[in-house]
Amino acid sequence: MGGYGDVKLLREDGLRLDGRKIDEMRPIEIEAGYLPAADGSAWVKHGLNVAVAAVYGPMEAHPRKIQRQDRCVIDVRYNMAPFSTSDRIRPGYNRRSREISKVTAEALESVVICERYPRSKIRVEIEILSAEAGTRCVGITAAAVALADAGIPMRDLLVGVASGKVEDTVVLDLDKAEDNYGQADLPVGILPNTGEIAFLQMDGDLSPDEFNLAMEYNFKAAAEIHDIMVDALKRRYEGGEN
Amino acid sequence: MSQGQTGAELRLVTPGMAIGPLSGKRVGSGALAQNEQIIATRLGWVRELNDTVSVDPINSTYMPRSGDLIIAIVAEVRNNLWFMNVNGPFQGLLPMSLAPWKVEFGAARQHMGIGDVVMARIQEVDECHNVVLTMKGVGLRRLNEGSVMTIPVNHVERIRGNNNETLLRLRDVCDCRIMVGDNGRVWIDGSAEGTSWARSAIKLASQSGHKLSFAADLAALEKNAPKRGDA
Repeated sequence: MGGYGDVKLLREDGLRLDGRKIDEMRPIEIEAGYLPAADGSAWVKHGLNVAVAAVYGPMEAHPRKIQRQDRCVIDVRYNMAPFSTSDRIRPGYNRRSREISKVTAEALESVVICERYPRSKIRVEIEILSAEAGTRCVGITAAAVALADAGIPMRDLLVGVASGKVEDTVVLDLDKAEDNYGQADLPVGILPNTGEIAFLQMDGDLSPDEFNLAMEYNFKAAAEIHDIMVDALKRRYEGGEN
Repeated sequence: MSQGQTGAELRLVTPGMAIGPLSGKRVGSGALAQNEQIIATRLGWVRELNDTVSVDPINSTYMPRSGDLIIAIVAEVRNNLWFMNVNGPFQGLLPMSLAPWKVEFGAARQHMGIGDVVMARIQEVDECHNVVLTMKGVGLRRLNEGSVMTIPVNHVERIRGNNNETLLRLRDVCDCRIMVGDNGRVWIDGSAEGTSWARSAIKLASQSGHKLSFAADLAALEKNAPKRGDA
């Protein structure tokens, strides 16, 4: 079976420990334009995760060696605040935040129309203020809303969402216990309008059928999150042209 | 059409949203054609003009274009040129040959130093965003007095109004010299009261210049305007 043996993650009635159905997401709230000083920003609360993303630029890329003559580079800095988890995190970059920054930048580069800004850099700062599980997905969603808020041209709004497996059951949107003691985790970045996948990672094992079911859950959740993202952007500018 | 649609009414679209079927229309800025659909690439308002569908972005960065009249600030000085902050991602370059003065090699600093504000025109922009400015032309000069305020680039047209109508009205009311650069910088020169009023009026025009209530709002603000000759 894998996982951590006797940790019970599903109740007798088939629901999860927090009362959700297996294909139910944690509640999401999104606010666009959260930071007045940034060119674009967003605040996302997904379950107990809270992320703030800020976008600055496009600006001239420095140092010059990172410049691309035909496109811009996206410089992502993902960071978890020291107080974001119950065990204090040592401040600063670590291997995990470096990895997440890299995959997030690569996912965003496939969505942003980078050719529009040669030799430029777009700086994306993602700060996790509170972490439960799935912070990279929340960070990606926040970054996508912040980029749209900054007026950066994109092919679609990228949505970060994850599914996984607990007690041999595929479930959508793992919480902390499921993430820690479950059998697999499948975070993906989805472009809801085209159905393309901008990034995909998998931790643990899933059979092809389980993988397909997890992806089905992810696509369904991505459509729901996308509607909330669009609503957040429209709400910011409702009441006339700004 | 799935979500955003073309039509007389301005419609807010987000990146990736379908604006409508391509059906012979041309795709303008802020949109792209994909599978016979016009897709928005920016957050903004759909505009259809002469069969061209485009998206007016709500937020945007100033991207210099050849011929733009801008207000630039000296950022660096070299022996034979100045690097200018043009309020965009890249600095512009003003060579001494395109300055309005006869400049000897090594004497650029005697004419303009860091922080000086100039009215200039974009002479040339290449595909790598190298920007060359010129100060040779009518009205292009160093701005020795006054103050500069920055507004969102996409609000410049609101400050100017149709045929510069709004700008002329503001100038007339506050008795100040006002110049609006294409790069979102506004230069105001006049009495302290006039400048203060002009800044409030520009802020108002920037925020609500496109609304029907703007004329009434401006008229209300005019009641507080300093009388001519107050200073």
